Amino acid sequence: MEGVGVRFGGIVALDGVSFDVEAGRIVGLIGPNGAGKTTLFNCLSRLYECGSGDILFNGASLLQVPKHGIAALGIGRTFQNLALFRTMTVMENVMIGHHCRTSSGFLFNALRLPVVVGEEHATQEKARSLVRFLGLEAVADLRVADLPFGTAKRVELARALASDPKLLLLDEPASGLNHEEVGELGVLIQDIRDRLGLTVLLVEHHMSLVMSISDRVVALNFGRKIAEGTPAEVQAHPEVIQAYLGGAAH
Amino acid sequence: MIVVALVLLAACMLPFVVSNYRTFQFTLALVYAIALLGLNMLTGYNGQISLGHGAFYAIGAYTAAILMDQYGVPYWATIPAAAVVCLIAGFLFGLPALRLEGLYLALATFALAVSLPALLKYHHLEQWTGGVQGIVLLKPDAPFGLPLNPDQWLYFFTLAITVLMFVLAWNILRGRMGHAMVAIRDQHIAAEAMGIHTAMVKSMTFGISAMYTGIAGALGAIAIQFVAPDSFNIFVSIMLLVGVVIGGLASISGAIYGALFIQFVPNIADAISKAAPWAIFGIFLLGFVYVMPMGIAGAVRMAVARLTRKAQNQAAKP
Ligand SMILES: Nc1ncnc2c1ncn2[C@@H]1O[C@H](COP(=O)(O)OP(=O)(O)O)[C@@H](O)[C@H]1O
Ligand SMILES: [Mg+2]
Repeated sequence: MEGVGVRFGGIVALDGVSFDVEAGRIVGLIGPNGAGKTTLFNCLSRLYECGSGDILFNGASLLQVPKHGIAALGIGRTFQNLALFRTMTVMENVMIGHHCRTSSGFLFNALRLPVVVGEEHATQEKARSLVRFLGLEAVADLRVADLPFGTAKRVELARALASDPKLLLLDEPASGLNHEEVGELGVLIQDIRDRLGLTVLLVEHHMSLVMSISDRVVALNFGRKIAEGTPAEVQAHPEVIQAYLGGAAH
Repeated sequence: MIVVALVLLAACMLPFVVSNYRTFQFTLALVYAIALLGLNMLTGYNGQISLGHGAFYAIGAYTAAILMDQYGVPYWATIPAAAVVCLIAGFLFGLPALRLEGLYLALATFALAVSLPALLKYHHLEQWTGGVQGIVLLKPDAPFGLPLNPDQWLYFFTLAITVLMFVLAWNILRGRMGHAMVAIRDQHIAAEAMGIHTAMVKSMTFGISAMYTGIAGALGAIAIQFVAPDSFNIFVSIMLLVGVVIGGLASISGAIYGALFIQFVPNIADAISKAAPWAIFGIFLLGFVYVMPMGIAGAVRMAVARLTRKAQNQAAKP
């Protein structure tokens, strides 16, 4: 991230934000509601145009990449307010996650050439193993529209992992989970990082979760970066305390 | 699988047990089934509403008619030609239509369909289109000395193409691109983020959909042996949309149910009341929409599910 700025009319959602994410790390991104965390994710997945600055991924600028090219580069994500394919089953949703790793087009599909069948088997295999990994076997063939919020969030995680990402963007994965489940999620995220060797950028309001699993933490407020460092450093930063307590004496 | 085989068997026997006129009507039902399948891919599976598919039906019909009438092309060779013309036309129309959503897309396609008859009448094109008079075609005979009359032959010719088009559509819809089409309909932002090139998939779907409808148009022209601008008014487009919705959105078999509906219900309505057939048709339409809100295919699916559950319960009882 190099001086990324985004405006919506008069609102400055991101104002010259810069930071680095080292490969293999879990980086927490915190800040009060409206701080610009989701906007930052949307810049990374090219859903929003950056007004200024640049985003480099493995040394190359993302701003030259079309929206649909981001997944193939190795950036996978989940959405804060669920963006699943509602009429499809859990399996099908996860299979779509693998779309960017396959390439057969309409003609090959229509003729159902052996390449297509091969790709389909690989995709199914991938989806099945992720469904198992995330404990979704029991709901694999249900439509996602009928699932509770917490389960649906896990389906989104499985779908994101199906694209074999190098960088995983998680937007409030713990929302809607109870205390115990939040703990399990923390273990899961670390497990994913270790097993699959990927990098995680984590937006979360559960401070205990962010602080316990992040290697580094970046804090935003009103679109500006106010602090960056180890969890302990950021937690102790006066501006962070100020932002979260809104200046109220505590 | 067994059901499909039985339906096919019944379809093959049909022309030997009903009159030639009925055979001709069933040929038209097959034609509509192809057109509806095309429209269903676009509207049902991909979520793009078209109120103008009659235009592609007309383009397919005129492609076939002009090739046969002006250039002496054999009737069977006009089908792939109509397919290519409509694929390109649909793709080109689909590209700018990417900017339009929902009702705005419906209006743009509507505009296409209302303007096409006028274009077909345009006097500078008259030497090809035959202007207001249209083009009269000859009915093809059965080849290779097959013991079939022309109506029967055309039925089997259309049936073969219908089966082919359904198999190709089934392959697309259950495959990678079919899933991408549905993903775009359900959540286009997430689809893009999963690496689906939504612009390409949407315009290709438009092209393929138009191609199906164009093939149907060509077959329809050959079966009816006549094309004229006024047979392709906006009513055709609306009937196609009616067929898709009544048959069942996002359902392959729905195209068949919908085709039978738009082919035969107007006839039934006519038989019931010569004075106000469309009022009767309207009542049928209301009845279907009310009783089967998920289309005929949806109702069939639910009935089958209920029957299997009942059978399982019976089996589970000691
Ligand atoms: N698409 C949008 N259009 C207009 N304003 C937006 C849009 N997305 C975000 N914003 C604004 O940008 C600011 C940051 O929002 P967001 O990134 O969602 O915050 P966070 O995820 O940190 O809670 C907010 O003021 C929000 O209202
Ligand atoms: Mg947010």
